[in-house]
Amino acid sequence: MDKILLGHGGGGRLSQQLINDMFLRYFDNPVLNSLEDAAALALPHGRIAFTTDSYVVTPRFFPGGNIGKLAICGTVNDLAMRGAYPRYLSAGFIIEEGFSLSELEEIVRTMAHTAAAAGVQIVTGDTKVVGKGAADGMFINTAGIGVLDEHVSISAANAQPGDKVIISGTIGDHGMTILSLREGLSFKANLESDCAPLNGLVGELLRFKQDIHVLRDPTRGGVASTLNEIAASSKTGMMINETSLPLKPQVKASCELLGLDPLHLANEGKLIAVVAGSVAEQVLAVFQGHEYGKDARIIGEVTADTRRVALRTFIGSTRIIDISSGELLPRIC
Amino acid sequence: MEEAKIVQGLIKEIKKCTLPLAFMEVCGTHTMTISRYGLRNMLPANIRLLSGPGCPVCVTATREIDTGIAFARTPGLILTTFGDMLRVPGSHSSLLRERAGGSDVRVVYSILEALQIAKENPNRPVIFYSVGFETTAPSAAFGIMEAKKANLQNFSVLCIHKTLPNALRALLDSGELGLNGFILPGHVSAIIGADVYDFLAEEYGISGVVAGFEPRDVLGAILMLIRRQGSAAKIENEYRRVVKAKGNPAALAAMQQVFEPCDSEWRGLGVIPGSGLRINARWQDFDALRRFAVEPGESVEHKACACGDILRGVKLPAECALFGALCTPENPVGPCMVSSEGSCAAYYRYRE
Repeated sequence: MDKILLGHGGGGRLSQQLINDMFLRYFDNPVLNSLEDAAALALPHGRIAFTTDSYVVTPRFFPGGNIGKLAICGTVNDLAMRGAYPRYLSAGFIIEEGFSLSELEEIVRTMAHTAAAAGVQIVTGDTKVVGKGAADGMFINTAGIGVLDEHVSISAANAQPGDKVIISGTIGDHGMTILSLREGLSFKANLESDCAPLNGLVGELLRFKQDIHVLRDPTRGGVASTLNEIAASSKTGMMINETSLPLKPQVKASCELLGLDPLHLANEGKLIAVVAGSVAEQVLAVFQGHEYGKDARIIGEVTADTRRVALRTFIGSTRIIDISSGELLPRIC
Repeated sequence: MEEAKIVQGLIKEIKKCTLPLAFMEVCGTHTMTISRYGLRNMLPANIRLLSGPGCPVCVTATREIDTGIAFARTPGLILTTFGDMLRVPGSHSSLLRERAGGSDVRVVYSILEALQIAKENPNRPVIFYSVGFETTAPSAAFGIMEAKKANLQNFSVLCIHKTLPNALRALLDSGELGLNGFILPGHVSAIIGADVYDFLAEEYGISGVVAGFEPRDVLGAILMLIRRQGSAAKIENEYRRVVKAKGNPAALAAMQQVFEPCDSEWRGLGVIPGSGLRINARWQDFDALRRFAVEPGESVEHKACACGDILRGVKLPAECALFGALCTPENPVGPCMVSSEGSCAAYYRYRE
């Protein structure tokens, strides 16, 4: 048997087999192994952070990762962006009948590996199998719980004029990787997705306590959307320097070719930090000392110019940074 | 910072000119550069820049969009095209909507990908909806030759290519503009050559500069046009690193082999004689219009949409009643708001 059958989601012997041979084998931990209807978790007193996200990426495998890695990193990163320490995840799978078991195993193995690297446990889960054509291969939902320290107050509403804006590395790598694979776009950018768990990096930033005002991961919508969201929530503006934006040459070239703005491309292993101006250089040094922050740069600062997110271009003029309008479509010529 | 100094130097020189002058940037990519780097705000008020009919998506007539949609609706057929075409509104729909409704519309980056799709789907008709100026026409010609070599009988091309020179003629013949010079396109000219534009100087007494796409190229061209005022009209080439006087002979030969000139309808300009390309009789097996009887129905345009006037340089995007209110990139009424090269989209995206 090498394919997922409807019976794998039916609750009978096939379901048990799948749970034992696949999910318990790789996700292996005492809470999950007990196979209760709900996980009972020990958490310290105080606040927790709680989030959920669904993953439907096409193609499911791409240079630098797969849908499983994305499903762990995405939820871990959302928790980390509130300054929480991610602890527990759930994993729900919706699988199309006929899905390859070896592909599922590859995805589950990657999830286990990524969860271990991020220091989180997958403590509860669910599998549903739907008929052929009712889903496109596989969808994954993960929810996550993280522990918040008492004094931590990180929020998109906390940016203040004079703060510095830091990005943890090169922008647009994930978006351009996926775009170059999707729809058979044949041009090859020789790129990898940046997909990575960022809670380790965030853990190191938390030593700056109240001086870290905002953390956000610029996923869908890219850096442009994230900066606009922060400016709107904080009722501030931003001035970003085009020459400071870290950009891989192949992303830059591909964007020019396709008529796309790298600020609109998704990232899956990058974060934007808004920090007090007084500590910006020290924070930057911590970024650059971490595996996922080596290419970090200060890219601009928060202004009092309400909601105006502007870019100082490489020739010294300014323009606004607008959010993208939906699906990114390459241009003609 | 080197670039900033060069640009500041050019602006300083341009500011020495106090004459009121109007220049048209013909090409959509120039419009993008101008908006993206805020060049309009750096120029003195006496220098006006007008956008011309140089965005291939924008000048595509509603009827041509409707034809593409009618093809997409044909059961079993695969329609392949450039991403930009998907959101362009036709009379009642767009290719994006048709795709959401179940039509098999696929984005490709070149005709070669469309050929690959045809090879992989031998039992289904595969159409390449081919749009663009002389920049994309040569690759369409090569693709059709390739299809013949591979004997791809399920493949054909819906050809709505347009050519630029006669559109400039039509624009000048309308007499509306009072232009003092053209900033001429870089990519198109790399194919057709800079000499093609000599008629502008000789017959209309208007100067032009073929320009590249960096801010320094566009500003450099503006300065060259300013310096040309008061002396005999001339076509100059600022983009010598790419554009030659005679263009690209191999590309021109391929176009000539597969296509022939035809009259073509342009949004805003109407039907312009000799401004389009159709597949000639030798290659008619690959002409989708000859192989399929597709009826798009009567085309309707939004009454308040000013795309036509904007493409002629008569109106600026902000002067359209729909701009930014009823017509936005998320909900475009006219094509100029759709294409990343469209002047409305460029003005909207980088509005100050």
